[in-house]
Amino acid sequence: MTTQDSWTLAGRTFFSRLLVGTGKYANNQVAREAIDESGAEIVTVAVRRIDFSAKETVLDALDRSRHTLLPNTAGCYTAEDAVRYARLAREAGMGDLIKLEVIGDQKTLFPDNQATLVAAKILVSEGFVVLPYVTDDPVLCKQLQEMGCAAVMPLGAPIGSGLGIRNPHNLSIILEQATVPVLVDAGVGTASDAALALEMGCTAVLMNTAIAGARDPVRMARAMRLGVQAGRDAYLAGRIEKRLYASASSPLTGLLG
Amino acid sequence: MSAQVQSIQIVLNGEPASQPAGLTVTELLQRLNAPTFGVAVERNRQVVRRADHPTTLVLDGDHIEIVTFVGGG
Repeated sequence: MTTQDSWTLAGRTFFSRLLVGTGKYANNQVAREAIDESGAEIVTVAVRRIDFSAKETVLDALDRSRHTLLPNTAGCYTAEDAVRYARLAREAGMGDLIKLEVIGDQKTLFPDNQATLVAAKILVSEGFVVLPYVTDDPVLCKQLQEMGCAAVMPLGAPIGSGLGIRNPHNLSIILEQATVPVLVDAGVGTASDAALALEMGCTAVLMNTAIAGARDPVRMARAMRLGVQAGRDAYLAGRIEKRLYASASSPLTGLLG
Repeated sequence: MSAQVQSIQIVLNGEPASQPAGLTVTELLQRLNAPTFGVAVERNRQVVRRADHPTTLVLDGDHIEIVTFVGGG
């Protein structure tokens, strides 16, 4: 490799293909170590009413010189709310990146795709760099990229489920038609899930629970970093075709008579 | 200027609160010891831009929301 592998998002260059969330950690110390170990450059945060009695905040676990904040609109069930949260996030963070998340169902946390489209249109028109979390629907992903979203982020499986990439075929179609980065967001359970996303050609993968919920979050962060790197290398290296029958690895000549 | 400080009633993050009259958003944030980074303010559902904090008055009956970033995915 002569040049370092990188990707761009709205004109900004990133080297890590692992994006991590900051929720569900036992404390800031573990969060800080896990995020460091993950090598992530982009980290997600949520927007909530301030707790004036809090001793420390998630921002204390981050190094703002190295980490780009990607605020989300988690907890929003309408386009109007998501736009409201996004505007507040931009004001609080002084950045225009937004992970657009409009939830349609409390139990599955599946997105409300129609509301996501509505909110995305407004946010794009207001100059946000919109990264929508959506179901793995190729038609929807195409609409969002044509609308001006900076990336599309189809789920692999429900948020926090750890079920992995349940529909690789849909993801392949999304990748084939993509004109913007495709990030698998949600559903990753372990390193092989992350590797698969990158092997398939995804730009990056975003996860939270898989790391924060592991018995040893710091070690899992390392596993995810390596899984993402392995998957990316495998994608770039070009895997062999799958075949039904064997193809001998050792010479068929020079065998003993 | 009267010696007696007038007070106003506002709703701050969903809770009723009493504050001195004539307060700007900047002054309100200072009174609450809010951090200087990672905070955004909404007044009656309109975001108050950071540049407007020093000139935006908090008025009686205002609904003020002050948000920050928390851990999330």
